[in-house]
Amino acid sequence: MAEPVLELCGLVKRFGALAATDDVTLDLRVGEIHGLIGPNGAGKSTLVRQITGEITPDAGHVRFRGRELTGLDVAARAQRGLARSFQVSSVAPELSVLQNVALAVQGASGRTYRFWRPALADAALTNPARAHVAAAGLAGREAVPAEALAHGERRRLEIAMALALEPRAFLLDEPMAGLGAEGSTELGRLLARLKATAPILLIEHDMDAVVSLCDRVSVLVLGRVIATGSVDQIRADPAVQAAYLGTRA
Amino acid sequence: MIPERWLNVALAAGLLAVPLLAVAAGETFTVTLATKVAILGLAGAGLNLALGYGGLVSFGHAAFFGLGGYAAGILASHGIVSMPAIWPVAIATGGLAALAIGALSLRTTGVYFIMTTLAFGQMVYYFAVSWPAYGGEDGLPIYVRNRFSGLDTLDPIQFFALAYVLLLAALALTARIAASRFGLALAGARQNPARLQAVGIRRYGIALTAFVISGAITGLAGALYADLNRFVSPAMLSWQTSGELLVFVILGGTGRLWGPVAGAALYVTLEHWLGGVSDYWRFLLGLLLLGVVLFARGGVIGLLSGPPRHG
Repeated sequence: MAEPVLELCGLVKRFGALAATDDVTLDLRVGEIHGLIGPNGAGKSTLVRQITGEITPDAGHVRFRGRELTGLDVAARAQRGLARSFQVSSVAPELSVLQNVALAVQGASGRTYRFWRPALADAALTNPARAHVAAAGLAGREAVPAEALAHGERRRLEIAMALALEPRAFLLDEPMAGLGAEGSTELGRLLARLKATAPILLIEHDMDAVVSLCDRVSVLVLGRVIATGSVDQIRADPAVQAAYLGTRA
Repeated sequence: MIPERWLNVALAAGLLAVPLLAVAAGETFTVTLATKVAILGLAGAGLNLALGYGGLVSFGHAAFFGLGGYAAGILASHGIVSMPAIWPVAIATGGLAALAIGALSLRTTGVYFIMTTLAFGQMVYYFAVSWPAYGGEDGLPIYVRNRFSGLDTLDPIQFFALAYVLLLAALALTARIAASRFGLALAGARQNPARLQAVGIRRYGIALTAFVISGAITGLAGALYADLNRFVSPAMLSWQTSGELLVFVILGGTGRLWGPVAGAALYVTLEHWLGGVSDYWRFLLGLLLLGVVLFARGGVIGLLSGPPRHG
């Protein structure tokens, strides 16, 4: 039913003798949240950085919306609609919430080299920015400097910035980290709404969140995808139980 | 705490009032000092765009300052003595030099960027020292100050007025740029380059553009400074000059619109008064700078008006 938006095909990345990514093949389809789980050191972040273009794989392909991404830098991939949030919240700390999101709107529009008109008087920038701030649940906080936000609010700001890119896919690197139960539940609700906008590749430690949110899950262990399937299939998979879930029991 | 806007108005008014009062009192040397503040403030305003707004710690801005000065001196030596003709050349020279130096230096960041800009600055300096056509090490005198039609540029207060108006224009331009879309991206480049890339904006182009505008403004200041002294020499290109420009910005407040003017005013005043008291005035300046860096990170402006207001 659903065609893949993002396809990883035979990705390999070695650091010396260590294969941090070892022949990874997976895809992200329209309308889904695809969870990527794995114990610490499984190579989740390395994989994310190959998708965003921060590091170059030794072998394999990343295809996005039917086109090869190899050779494109981070900014070019973002402009094509690949929106990511960082494992550690990453915003411009001294800029206000609205300015941060306006910056993302501006990045998506490609019209940055305007020197005269005040950015905050530019409705083409501020109207969408306000809408995205509200969609991420931060209405009323527009003028607050990002550095003064609470941790959970900063996570939401990142989501608002990702939305501003008019993304075709979200790449969310542990968005629940450090949020606590209530914050996780709230953000989970937001993500469940977001997947209608664009599919989400959700890298997450929080098993409860993965179980409740994800349509499909891939399990990464020592750089290899050992299983992909629905939450139930993953739970039933003996290799996964041995390698990952088993350690929790 | 004084709101920054009022502080800026006070600085603008003070810088205008001092030379006017000095003229009334017949103290022409004070007018010259005020002119020096306006010109060095202008040079610092150029650096502030790169350093304060863009986070680019350039230790090579003397190159743009000195090249602007040499543009004025060399044109004058060939009989082109109209300031409105000289200034665009100085602006273009500073901007082009910044384009060349920035294009290479901005491939590095942090300490490497500082060292690379220093190295390029020194290359320009040694070139000027060793090229005999325009005075080499001895420098190049400008026998009669360049002209501006309708004004007597040799009259200190009229020359001050020119420098003051150009300073106001450069600061207005800086404020406008800082609030624009480009300024937003520049703030992003300074605060979080990884985030800027992730929203689809390349840091390199943003930083290089800011560096070119910065070099152009500092180049214009160099032309005025050459006219003020009626002399241009390799000293304007030296790394000490780069250091002084950094001192103006840091002393006044990095990334604050009028910071470089406040810094230059403090520096020139200290140089004048302490220089009269002791040959070792730079030692006291060093202590002051240490105090600012340790206890007043926002410089004079930050000390008086607190941290910058968020838009």
